[in-house]
Amino acid sequence: MNIVVCVKQTPDTAATVTVENGKVSWGDAPLVINPWDEFAVEQALRTKEAHGGKVIAVSVGPEAAREALKHALAMGCDEAILVSDPGLQGGDSLVISKALAAAIEKIGGIDLAMFGRQAVDSDTGVTPAQVARRLGWPALTLVAAVSAVDPAGRTISVDRALDEGRQQVKSPLPAVVSVTKEICEPRYPSFMGIRKASKATIPVWSAADIGMASIPAAALSWPEVFAPPKIETKVEMITGDSADAMAAKLVARLIEEKVL
Amino acid sequence: MNFELEPEHRMVQQMVRDFAEREVAPHIREWDRRQAMDPGILRRMGELGILGICIPTRWGGQGMDYLALGLACEELEAVDTSLRVAMSVHLGLNSLGLLQWASDEQRQAFLEPQARGEKLAGFCLTEPGAGSDVASLTASARRDGEDYVLNGEKMWISLASRADHFLWFARTNPQAADPHDGLSAFLLEADRPGVTRGDIHGKLGIRAGSTGWVNCQDVRVPARLRMGEEGEGFKIAMACLDGGRYTVAAGATGLIRACLEASLRYARQRQAFGRQVAGFQLIQRKIAGMVQSYEMARLLYLRAGWMKNVGRRNTRETSLAKWFATEASFQAASEAIQIHGAYGYSDEYDVERYLRNARGAMLYEGTSEIHELIQAGYALGLRQDAALRCELPGYTPEEAATAGAIDSRTGPM
Repeated sequence: MNIVVCVKQTPDTAATVTVENGKVSWGDAPLVINPWDEFAVEQALRTKEAHGGKVIAVSVGPEAAREALKHALAMGCDEAILVSDPGLQGGDSLVISKALAAAIEKIGGIDLAMFGRQAVDSDTGVTPAQVARRLGWPALTLVAAVSAVDPAGRTISVDRALDEGRQQVKSPLPAVVSVTKEICEPRYPSFMGIRKASKATIPVWSAADIGMASIPAAALSWPEVFAPPKIETKVEMITGDSADAMAAKLVARLIEEKVL
Repeated sequence: MNFELEPEHRMVQQMVRDFAEREVAPHIREWDRRQAMDPGILRRMGELGILGICIPTRWGGQGMDYLALGLACEELEAVDTSLRVAMSVHLGLNSLGLLQWASDEQRQAFLEPQARGEKLAGFCLTEPGAGSDVASLTASARRDGEDYVLNGEKMWISLASRADHFLWFARTNPQAADPHDGLSAFLLEADRPGVTRGDIHGKLGIRAGSTGWVNCQDVRVPARLRMGEEGEGFKIAMACLDGGRYTVAAGATGLIRACLEASLRYARQRQAFGRQVAGFQLIQRKIAGMVQSYEMARLLYLRAGWMKNVGRRNTRETSLAKWFATEASFQAASEAIQIHGAYGYSDEYDVERYLRNARGAMLYEGTSEIHELIQAGYALGLRQDAALRCELPGYTPEEAATAGAIDSRTGPM
């Protein structure tokens, strides 16, 4: 089983995000591997440990995205590849999915492409499906459990976590899988992995390297970016002579405010 | 000169921080209240390699450098002192002592399982009647054929009831003209007949840790388990303290950071006189003081760690780092309580635990007064470092991580 895990570098979820003059800023908060992607890396490593093969972490992003790849290497991925090109900067998920699919095709011989369910910064959650579409592979999104992998029979069986409940799906390989956090507990990077990751040379592929002769323009635009409005709260003390009187007043107020 | 941490150091920091915040922080208040260490937490630290972080891979460790050890201690104590204390005795005092002084056979039998976290190790120097005055210790080791017979009691021993191995200091030559020359060090398994031990309860702080006593009554130890030469015990003990004090310094730095972070959170959230208390200059002064001491403590321990890496003697620098950081952490905890007001006085917030935990480090591994004397001694030329028969090996990546050692979880590199 040769697996690609697609990872993204995102701001730490603990960062205070602000918007100034239409630009989003997270101050000097550290950039980390997208927390959802850690679950994908873990599941990929477990699948490899059970069935052999290798796990390759791939990221499309600026130089700084190396850190996310190093985290994946420290967790135990065998290789990492950074796809970086000025033309890809600021690309939307249509652009990024094209680059990821091209990189996966260039690597070749991949049975599974794994993703976290979404990235914590843009939160679109559509990249896995778009990559699947471009590769022509089945898209198994929101996977909460992998119940069986049959490398010989070329199938994978998963549970998808849907609003209505769990959906059991059996799919041919190769496939794209995006995972939810129910799937597993990500391991900590090992010290051995940290040493390996810190010494690793991560190859950088440009758009030309992956055969993207032309980079499509982003279909998505951000005409205006603003911080969510502050929710104004006010406190009102209900007083009264007895508990019954206060309860009656409270109910009246709740009806008045259309809460009930 | 480069003040930047290497990528691997940042990853170590993050990994240890994640571990402590995920697996310890949610439970620490409860463990502290119960005055008991969680039985699984040291095993977990062992599995993750934290207990052998800077021991070369050929001796079962993780092959990281001494800066990684310091950074790990900083992260551990930022969550709770008990975790760092375990590092100090198991790794700083005992395992690094073995790396420096033990024979290869001894390292194989004792250091390897310790570095892998399979065996826990303690350090038995202090006695009920001998603390700072090490040379007055009364535990005895009498040669009898191929064995030594150990007798005596050790007190204030961290991991007393948990450790599998102890480094035990005893007097082998009561007639030595200088009592310093009459001591020797022994590798002692806790299950040898005649060894008894127990925990001390009712401590001011570090209540989630294990501290106790260890007693030897006619315990026979084969002579091959004497570490170093006969009469070398005092030098060995002092060298071990260079390792232990380094971990205490780094840990206390983490405690200062914890005080600072708690204070920043609270000062921004608490309102008084119609505004955040963070807006008041007297609160800001306390915060500025914590920033100052955190940065100073950090530079001091990282310098000591760098000196260890390059294989340079660092008794003076390590002592300074330990003295400064432990005093500053107590001060920071006290100020953090002041910022929290009455809430800081209850265990609803962490800062009261920080204060209780900080106090002990001004006593163990050299009281603050001992460190003052050490610093004055060096400054006045009254004290010089003599060369040791065995020096702590410095760090070279090739030596630390020799081929053949493979992490089972990540496979070969």
